[in-house]
Amino acid sequence: MKSRRELGIYVHIPFCVRKCDYCDFLSAPADRSVQEDYMQALLREISRTAQLLGKKTEDYEVQSVFFGGGTPSAVGESWIVQIMEALYRHFCFSGCPEVTIECNPGTLTKQKAAAYRKAGINRISFGLQAADDRLLKILGRIHTVHDFERSMETARSEGFGNINIDVMSALPGQTLADCERGIRRIMAYAPEHISAYSLIVEEGTPLFNNPDRYPPLPDEDEEREMYYRIRELLGQGGYRQYEISNFAREGFECRHNLSYWNRADYLGFGLGAASLFEGCRMTNIRSLTEYIKAAGAEAVIGEEARLSREDSMEEFMFLGLRKTAGIDGRDFERMFGQTVESVYGSVLDKHIKLGLLEKTGQSAYRLTYKGVDVSNVVLSEFLLPRD
Amino acid sequence: MNQEHIRNFCIIAHIDHGKSTLADRIIEKTGLLTSREMQEQILDNMDLERERGITIKAQAVRTVYKAKNGEEYIFNLIDTPGHVDFNYEVSRALAACDGAILVVDAAQGIEAQTLANVYLALDHDLDVFPVINKIDLPSADPQRVIDEIEDVIGLEAQDAPQISAKNGLNIEDVLEQIITRIPAPGGSAQAPLQALIFDSLYDSYKGVIVFCRIQEGTVRKGTKIRMMATGAVEEVVEVGYFGAGQFIPCEELSAGMVGYLTASIKNVSDTRVGDTITDDERPCEKPLPGYKKVNPMVYCGMYPADGAKYQDLREALEKLQLNDASLQFEPETSIALGFGFRCGFLGLLHLEIIQERLEREYNLDLVTTAPGVIYKVHKTNGEVIELTNPSNMPDPSEISYMEEPVVSAEIMVTTEYVGPIMKLCQERRGVYVGMEYIEQTRAMLRYELPLNEIIYDFFDALKSRSRGYASFDYEIKGYVRSNLCKLDILINREEVDALSFIVYAGSAEERGRKMCEKLKAEIPRHLFEIPIQAAIGSRVIARENVKALRKDVLAKCYGGDISRKKKLLEKQKEGKKRMRQIGNVEIPQKAFMSVLKLDEE
Repeated sequence: MKSRRELGIYVHIPFCVRKCDYCDFLSAPADRSVQEDYMQALLREISRTAQLLGKKTEDYEVQSVFFGGGTPSAVGESWIVQIMEALYRHFCFSGCPEVTIECNPGTLTKQKAAAYRKAGINRISFGLQAADDRLLKILGRIHTVHDFERSMETARSEGFGNINIDVMSALPGQTLADCERGIRRIMAYAPEHISAYSLIVEEGTPLFNNPDRYPPLPDEDEEREMYYRIRELLGQGGYRQYEISNFAREGFECRHNLSYWNRADYLGFGLGAASLFEGCRMTNIRSLTEYIKAAGAEAVIGEEARLSREDSMEEFMFLGLRKTAGIDGRDFERMFGQTVESVYGSVLDKHIKLGLLEKTGQSAYRLTYKGVDVSNVVLSEFLLPRD
Repeated sequence: MNQEHIRNFCIIAHIDHGKSTLADRIIEKTGLLTSREMQEQILDNMDLERERGITIKAQAVRTVYKAKNGEEYIFNLIDTPGHVDFNYEVSRALAACDGAILVVDAAQGIEAQTLANVYLALDHDLDVFPVINKIDLPSADPQRVIDEIEDVIGLEAQDAPQISAKNGLNIEDVLEQIITRIPAPGGSAQAPLQALIFDSLYDSYKGVIVFCRIQEGTVRKGTKIRMMATGAVEEVVEVGYFGAGQFIPCEELSAGMVGYLTASIKNVSDTRVGDTITDDERPCEKPLPGYKKVNPMVYCGMYPADGAKYQDLREALEKLQLNDASLQFEPETSIALGFGFRCGFLGLLHLEIIQERLEREYNLDLVTTAPGVIYKVHKTNGEVIELTNPSNMPDPSEISYMEEPVVSAEIMVTTEYVGPIMKLCQERRGVYVGMEYIEQTRAMLRYELPLNEIIYDFFDALKSRSRGYASFDYEIKGYVRSNLCKLDILINREEVDALSFIVYAGSAEERGRKMCEKLKAEIPRHLFEIPIQAAIGSRVIARENVKALRKDVLAKCYGGDISRKKKLLEKQKEGKKRMRQIGNVEIPQKAFMSVLKLDEE
């Protein structure tokens, strides 16, 4: 039997109980009937895609599934079970894939957790964001730290042995001491994985529109201090950093996330979901009503671009360098038939001189700590000139 | 038609008092056009003019009016630009007229340019009659304005038409008074040709189209004409008059008439406004008075944002110059900005108009350096240099002294704002000349001000400190000795030539400090710290630091949407393209105009 290629699957659930003040993701509260229409449409999209792929699905082995949102736990668990059943029906799951669902820390009941577990979900990601009720309230979150603790216990008692906690820093009114206390508390819950990222105030969010209604944001220096401190504390606590904002105990790195940075193929289902499949990047439409109407009957892809050789090289660099391990030039050479130095020699040299990149092997490179701080500037330099 | 039935006139007014609207109504009521054909403001046919609400180039239109006495009259309405930058062009347009309609806003009354324009018209021996406009406004007070006109200007105003040009009210009164209060032109059709050029236009088919007023004699197709100042001789190809928005050819133009002629002239600079046209074979004795060559007063460097567009910029400037002889330019090179042109303008408004036309009509992205005036540098060896580019300033050891141009300014302001305006003038190194009360609540302030203090944002400052009640007019007075120095800007310890400017020594420190602050705000943070320094010679007088970039990181990459992330990176890279690389530092194009905005807030 020939070896199969890796495939990731992303399922987008664009609903939440209440939109948070910093959130600019494609999500909104919705009533039950809209949720039902959407979940039906999602099932139709999955089966239509599988039909179009036909025999091709057999060339791929699903390595990871990720339910993201919004809040996937906001819809009835039977829907999640149905989706999983559909995926099992249409795609190959022979190994032992990582299957993650994002859960609101306040809404995970025993019944839900058990249903998820039974459906093959083996990883839960809690969007806790802060272990501090005062900060949670400022962010417009609906849960308390206590709610989270109950959900965490539920997840553990139902047998979830791989749990992620999302935590944000640089929150309005947050001090370095708050941040430290928070991260220690989170480590005390002993999750296997921690995503720690700084708040970015996105245009169009309440936090952007009415900054005066919130306590002041930490300045840039404080923000960096928090990030450094988090990195340090997590490192001491046995969480190894493997990507700019991701930390895990040995062996618990999120496979699904890594497949993005490694540019493995993945299929995205649902509103606004993105896919990379056989050299083509696609993004689904972002209108809920149009999606519900069209899914299953016609394509719901809004944007589609076939990656040129240059596109792929650029992605290899700017995605690969997000990983703490960096990129290996041998992979580059295998993929593109030329050395990474022949394409990016001067960019690599320039940033090594500036102390933003470092060489870690024959032809291997990674961002230095300093380079991580200004990674957008560094990564943008790997875009190739076009005319 | 005999001269008795011709009226050549213009409309003069302070800005926004309704000159163009009245012109539209006159054209409409005289019936050459139907209402449907009327564009909102027929005389302003350049887009840009419409947007800015001002008239840039003088133009003319001929209409036919059937008066109440049953006779038909030809009206030649000559439009004049309304801005101080174009004063000379205004004066030539006036010289082509026999009378003027003075439009005064029924609410605002007399303003600085009202007076300046009236005096200019009277200087040209024009018969002026007033019209009170905007009587439909709730705040209109026509009787007060009539009294003001009689008291301040001394014009009989009791039977001035009271109109609303906007609503077309009482326009007939204006038309009748044009006949009764403006004299018919004089001159003899048989005399040697003597015609005044008051404007010209470049047309790619006909060459230069010369707008002229025939004072004496006759011109027709085939006449060999001579421009008395430039000496250019050409044979006339076509003569005609101005329909609304079009040229209508005719047999001949004779004394008293206003019209155009073409003669395969390639360059507008051969046909200077104010020059006299005569018959080469039978010349008149002497040219009409008042001709002068207009010289630019304000200079700045203009560079293509994309160095490869240098030739495009040259061609665009050449084309604009065909229509605008007062625009001057010559190539120059800047270390910071590469190849570009040092351009001369009549004033800051003229500069802005040219800049906008280059960007809009020729699709050019420009970097413009701070505007400056012409300084006279008297060197120790006796040589005198006219300095238009700060980079060419000689070493201070070679300079004996310097002179700068000053203007006589008249500022009309309500009495409550006299204090703030006097303070403003003092801040701008103004020398108080005098003040008179126009009426109880309004005063006319006279100051002498250095031109370089008013070319930036004086007008804006004047408006903001008087809540819009001050009006302003000026003319160049001459040069005075002044203590000036060149202020250099160093970014990351490198001098940026395009940022240097000449400044009064007494304000150098303050300006240097503000300039550094401004640049600090304009220059994005880099991966290293960037010192910004202002220096006179080797002496640093101000310093700011652009802190090194600490953080620019996209934390979360959501749901595998890589395209979105790539777009962000592309935006980042794109942003850099619009910058100028000076050493290791990328400077945004607009930073080069920073000096213009030092007095904001």
